[in-house]
Amino acid sequence: MTGLILLPLAWASLAFVLGPGRGKWLAIGGLSAQAWLAFDLAAKVGAGGTALLHPVGGWGAPLGIDLAADGLSAVMLLLVQCIALPLAIHAGAYFKRGDAAGAYFWPLAGFLIAGLNALFLSADLFNLYVTLELVGLAAVGLVAAGGGAQQVAAALRYLFATLVGSGLYLLGVALIHGAYGTVSIAILTPLVTSDAPRLVWIAGGLMLAGLMVKTALFPFHTWLPSAHGNAPAPVSALLSALVVKASFYLILRLWLGPLAPLTSAIAWLPALLGALAILWGSWQAIRAERLKRLIAYSTVAQLGYLFLIFPLLPGTDALEAGIMQAFAHGLAKAAMFVAAGVIIEATGRESVMDLSGAAGHLPLTLFAFGLAGMTLMGLPPSAGFLAKWLLIEAALDRGHWGLVAVVLAGGLLAAVYVFRVLRQAFLLAPADAVVKSVPRRLEWVAFLLAAASVLLGLRGVDLVRLLGAGA
Amino acid sequence: MTANEWLPLAVLASSLLPGLIIFVLPEGWIGLRTTLNLVGAIAKLVLVGVLLAGVAAGTEYGVRLAVLPGLDLAFKADALGLLFITLSAVLWLFTTLYAIGYLEGAPHRSRFFGFFSLCVTATMGIAMAANLFTFFVFYELLTLSTFPLVVHRGTDKAMKGGTIYLAYTLAGGTALLTGIVWLHHLLGHTEFAHTGIAAALGPEQAIQLKTIFLLLIAGVGVKAALVPLHGWLPQAMVAPAPVSALLHAVAVVKAGAFGIVRIVYEIYGVEFAQALDLLTPLAILAAITIVWGSFRALFQDDLKKRLAYSTVSQVSYIALGVALFGPIGTIGGLVHLVHQGIMKITLFFCAGNYAETLGIHKVSEMDGAGRRMPLTTIAFTIAALGMIGVPATAGAVSKAWLSAGAAAAGMGWAVWVLWTSSLLNAAYFLPILWRVWFRPRLLAWPDEHIPARPWHETAWLLLLPPLITATFTLAFGLFADSPASPLAWAKLIAEREYRAQRSDAPASPPHE
Repeated sequence: MTGLILLPLAWASLAFVLGPGRGKWLAIGGLSAQAWLAFDLAAKVGAGGTALLHPVGGWGAPLGIDLAADGLSAVMLLLVQCIALPLAIHAGAYFKRGDAAGAYFWPLAGFLIAGLNALFLSADLFNLYVTLELVGLAAVGLVAAGGGAQQVAAALRYLFATLVGSGLYLLGVALIHGAYGTVSIAILTPLVTSDAPRLVWIAGGLMLAGLMVKTALFPFHTWLPSAHGNAPAPVSALLSALVVKASFYLILRLWLGPLAPLTSAIAWLPALLGALAILWGSWQAIRAERLKRLIAYSTVAQLGYLFLIFPLLPGTDALEAGIMQAFAHGLAKAAMFVAAGVIIEATGRESVMDLSGAAGHLPLTLFAFGLAGMTLMGLPPSAGFLAKWLLIEAALDRGHWGLVAVVLAGGLLAAVYVFRVLRQAFLLAPADAVVKSVPRRLEWVAFLLAAASVLLGLRGVDLVRLLGAGA
Repeated sequence: MTANEWLPLAVLASSLLPGLIIFVLPEGWIGLRTTLNLVGAIAKLVLVGVLLAGVAAGTEYGVRLAVLPGLDLAFKADALGLLFITLSAVLWLFTTLYAIGYLEGAPHRSRFFGFFSLCVTATMGIAMAANLFTFFVFYELLTLSTFPLVVHRGTDKAMKGGTIYLAYTLAGGTALLTGIVWLHHLLGHTEFAHTGIAAALGPEQAIQLKTIFLLLIAGVGVKAALVPLHGWLPQAMVAPAPVSALLHAVAVVKAGAFGIVRIVYEIYGVEFAQALDLLTPLAILAAITIVWGSFRALFQDDLKKRLAYSTVSQVSYIALGVALFGPIGTIGGLVHLVHQGIMKITLFFCAGNYAETLGIHKVSEMDGAGRRMPLTTIAFTIAALGMIGVPATAGAVSKAWLSAGAAAAGMGWAVWVLWTSSLLNAAYFLPILWRVWFRPRLLAWPDEHIPARPWHETAWLLLLPPLITATFTLAFGLFADSPASPLAWAKLIAEREYRAQRSDAPASPPHE
């Protein structure tokens, strides 16, 4: 378990020592080992059917720090390594030597991944705060590393949002600690009841609000399109696929754990905001002029689905639907940003209208974009489809027809913006189009990620089984 | 894994694998691409032959794979599925041959044939689906894999047709999905069974079941081009001729019609559907579609558009046959699934030949084409007469059984619908035949690509497929009573569906 945290810290530090732009092979090697560790952990959790606990340095809670891994953590860790490894291969080919944008990519990405892994393994609220802050700062650094005026502006907005988010969260943690004298999730869960003092309600509200800002839930999403839409392709992919999922995971943990007795009254609020996010995000994606901005708004919409599950919790299929969506969206969105990066690199143009002829020049990339689009539209046999199916079934179980309508409408809206891109790409190219050649590796990474998001749909049963372990 | 399990998967793989390999082949590797296509098509025919022999002898083929707890991707090769599979597999071979000739020298052929193979794979999946979930998976795959073919030319017009196609089919898919999840929610499964499964729910759920029926039929009705969901079909005729063949005969509209058959017989069960009063509205909808499609076809000058409206009308014969309560109507509907396929594919092949050889796209340009292209025109004539239902053609067999079925079901009005449609069919096909055979050619051809030579009216790869399918049209009409005819197979299916109905076997879900 500690390997998953120490390895990325190690290769990130080494990459920093080596100097700007170096450390590609270290990262790929380290991530391969991490992937193996994550699969190993998933196998152990899945086989044992219970959560694994690891007291760091032999000091258990409440004195030391506990690391804990149940099915949910194992799934999220798998998601991180499965996306980070191909993205590292992609980034290795994307950033050329001496490219200013890539100078600090490797150390920052390493710290980001270490933070994510630590977050998914943490078992107490304060430790979670530390990892959250690490992830947030590394992510801001990655956005700013491009160095352009737009990128720095986007990074500053992002920094502001992430600091507000984690600040609110920290305030909540402090209040909780004041009330109960502990921050361990396992100890807190039985202590918090629905007749808890008002302060605890406020604390819970602050924590959830802070995390929603960080997850870019509508109407707190305004920082996301510029941050994700202006960063270099591998960074956009990391942020959209993984970083926003971290704070969502934390909301889920709190919702199912310590805050469970307090949430029944407000369960509709996140779902309502989620529904608005789906409609607004899709609408903005349909109107977006630049390809990357379209994809970034699609993230706003897709994150909305994650919040639809809250009124359905705890119930059959609801958690599964949310995690399936997180996984499917992660793979598909990473693929889409990588594909967009390839197209922009090859054509030198960023607008959707300039895509004409791309299907002829970059068939593999367009195919990858289409497959990823399938997942986002929730068409079978993709994992996105399974998420949609589970969500609709869970909603029908509770008789929530409104949610069913939102999910179905969201799928159609996604089809509009995905096919807006594909249609344009299928048009005949203008005669004066100049297309640069792009390393094939870039195209294949997009394709592999997209194919994984579709093929996972055939093995959804494994993911659901792992998720059930130790819950 | 036993042979009974892997055979259905092999049927899928025989087009999926060649398709995937073709995608990555460089454009210039024509020989390897053609070989892959033909090896796949022939392998599929062999596999289908094995399945046909097995199913006739009563063997059961099936395999399932869990994708979620309680939700399986499940395949079975039964008599009904094989009717569709055989049709598609045979026509795939001819369409591939035709497409090789048609697209000679055209750009993006690897992409074209790759998606073409995916389409056929999706069709096979639809035919072999053992539950509605699996049916839906492949139904949507079919939508996605046909889109690149419809817009293959990359022109603005093609894009418009493709967009309309997508709008209709994706909206239809959403309705279908809603119906399927709802049904799954009520029943816990959606397995196809001979007597249907919906009857397991009590009468207190009748309203829900009717709503679900509406959603499901609306979903498959889009592809089956039931009025008022047919608007995409005439627009999609901008696609190249082999794609039109695929849309109209091999895959797309057939998938919709086949879906109606499965839903009525194996989800609701024909007796339960009758008890819920669902069959009469379906029959009325089919009748409206039949007459409206034929009526609109009268006014189309664009040849392919006229054929497209004719498809709208003809495919609803299948829906009508299904909705006629009784085995005779069933046989008529099922056999028309095959007959309409071979006749319509002949017509589209011929339309493609006229366009590719002489540049003829409009009915008004067809004067005297019979003398310039006699063999193509003979094939066209046979298929057109078949559509009208002239004796000794396959179309006559369909219409005879459908009329008898309507009479037996006590729905005399349906017989009138069929007669009206036949008259309208004659009214829009006979003028074409008169033009091509009897009107003299006065002007030059609009755009002659292939010069006339003795015994070489057009490229052989374009000529042979319509000649063969036209021969089928005659053979299925003349030898309808032979044991190897589609009619004999349709009788076998009807016998199995209705025998199961009578023995009153309980519908048992496969999940224990």
